[in-house]
Amino acid sequence: MNVAWFKERSELGVCVVLLALGVLVLTDALSIPTDFAQRGPVGPQAVPVLVGGLLIVVSVLLARDVLRGGRGEAEGGEDIDLTEPGDWRTVLLLSAAFLSNAALIDLVGFPLSGAIMFWGAAYALGSRNLVRDPLIAAGVSIVTFVIFDVLLGVPLPGGPLMEVF
Amino acid sequence: MDAFSQLIDGFGTALTPAHLGLAALGVLLGTFIGVLPGIGPAMAVALLLPVTYGLEPTGAFIMFAGIYYGGMFGGSTTSILLNTPGESAAVVTAIEGNPMARKGRGSQALAAAAIGHFVGGLIGTIALVLLAPTVAKLAIDIGAPDYFAIMVLAFIAVTSVLGSSRVRGFASLLIGLAIGLIGLDEMTGQQRLTFGSLELADGIDVVIVAVGLFAVGESLWVAAHLRRRPSEPIPVGRPWLGRDDLRRSWKPWLRGPVIGFPFGAMPAGGAEIPTFLSYVTEKRLSKNRKEFGHGAIEGVAGPEATASASAAGTLVSMLTLGLPTTAVAAVMLAAFQQYGIQPGPLLFERESELVWGLIASLFVGLTLLLLLNLPLAPVWAKLLKIPRPYLYAGILFFASVGAYAVSGQVVDLIVLYVIGLIGLAMRRYGLPVLPAVIGVILGPAAEQQMRRALQLSDGEIGGLFNTPMSIVIYAIVALILLWPLVRKLLPSRPAAPDDEPAEREPEKVG
Repeated sequence: MNVAWFKERSELGVCVVLLALGVLVLTDALSIPTDFAQRGPVGPQAVPVLVGGLLIVVSVLLARDVLRGGRGEAEGGEDIDLTEPGDWRTVLLLSAAFLSNAALIDLVGFPLSGAIMFWGAAYALGSRNLVRDPLIAAGVSIVTFVIFDVLLGVPLPGGPLMEVF
Repeated sequence: MDAFSQLIDGFGTALTPAHLGLAALGVLLGTFIGVLPGIGPAMAVALLLPVTYGLEPTGAFIMFAGIYYGGMFGGSTTSILLNTPGESAAVVTAIEGNPMARKGRGSQALAAAAIGHFVGGLIGTIALVLLAPTVAKLAIDIGAPDYFAIMVLAFIAVTSVLGSSRVRGFASLLIGLAIGLIGLDEMTGQQRLTFGSLELADGIDVVIVAVGLFAVGESLWVAAHLRRRPSEPIPVGRPWLGRDDLRRSWKPWLRGPVIGFPFGAMPAGGAEIPTFLSYVTEKRLSKNRKEFGHGAIEGVAGPEATASASAAGTLVSMLTLGLPTTAVAAVMLAAFQQYGIQPGPLLFERESELVWGLIASLFVGLTLLLLLNLPLAPVWAKLLKIPRPYLYAGILFFASVGAYAVSGQVVDLIVLYVIGLIGLAMRRYGLPVLPAVIGVILGPAAEQQMRRALQLSDGEIGGLFNTPMSIVIYAIVALILLWPLVRKLLPSRPAAPDDEPAEREPEKVG
């Protein structure tokens, strides 16, 4: 039982997550006060107890499957090359681009934060054109803002930039 | 003939210039998004949902019908020209469609698919018109125990019939059910899994779950394994069919809906099994059996008509029972809920104008699809060359717009990201995504029906199976669950080598 053994069976991590989720759902359900407000014979606890319990059962069954050599099949796809090991640096960069939008949208408005996200995501995925990338990002962001906010009536925050106009 | 006159009224609603324009816009947008590599119809529909937020319900659903058919057609273009089906229903199309394209018969493959879509959708939608009002009438008498039984069947079917590993399917379903628990209990108002957070008390919007699992999860997963040199799409001209192709295609077009529609209408439906059945049938019946596996046009025409008709069948159970059986139908149900409309037996009475307007616009959408997409096919094919960094940046961008548009809160973007991470992990470890989405959408409804049934029976557990219908359904559930055991007991028969589906299995995306 060394590092390689665990690496080979990293799917056991899924079992741990399912187990933790099951315990969380169970403890949350059991902490619901039921003495008042209950209508009918089945209260708000029953289904969460069932779901939590089944999560624990499934995590054990999955662990058994993994230990017997079963493996979940990683999903393939046209843009996906499963022969290479996972490139988690790209995932982190992409996550940063995505979360920057969440952090900035209320501060600087959607047109700017959306453009930053688009550029950042394209950069993370390997696009390095310093002229075309930001131009496309800004174009996509502003056009989307106009279509949604002005034409379709779905409000998006314009931010200080849009107040100039 | 009641349904017929209501359908005429529906056409009156759908054919106003504004609604016609929305249907055309929907078809174009749906095809545009659906044809992009890596985006299946479910993701296309989920990403485009926010576009309809600002419209009144009837207009929104008319546009949605266009998006729906456009997305499906776009998906088959991708699988023919790139050998990468956007969803499981298009897997079979790629088996014959891609070899056809590589032999320079891409135009014929696209035409066979497009007309197959049209014919299948047309027959399927006519069947929907004839069947849905009757089913809705019968469904009014369906009680809480029956509903609960149907939902249990849907849960079991989606985890056991589809996918390769049952335990992973169940894990996915339970994750979905757990997400569905978040928020206030609908019957008592008790907080569940909210951890005192006000934002979580409203529950997590289904749109955010769908977009997170499909779009964000997919983008993150692709980022981890991005192919540095994307495969080249096959260039294609304007779709057309020669006399010989027509002679070989028309029967498969008509046979497909017969297989597809009933499967789509069943709670355990979906398009995976019927398209495969259609493929096998066409191979059996074809005079050109040798050509199968190397680009036989029957293998494109039949399964495409089947998939389209099964999509119409899906709408029967979605509209009359409120029961989604495919990812697209699940997103569509979320769209209904967005407007505070609950599909079910009463929908045809309460929202008659909207439903018939929607059904009429399915016909309009199909026709527009054929008129617009046959001439535009070479343009759509160019979209397959889009640089991957822009493609996935764009998917993340529109996913964020959609999630933020739901309620204008930053916390939704964080939730979207977390659900995207779950989607990433599920793809890495082979947990199917569909059961989770079905769990989120049907879980709360199933709980309601179960508690209502037990309320009626005063807590007697027998209240869950005291009707003939529920007993029959539980028998089916038991059969599905015990099938692996049953099959071992049956005498095995040697499989004929002729029944092999294809030598070359295409890759399959979500």
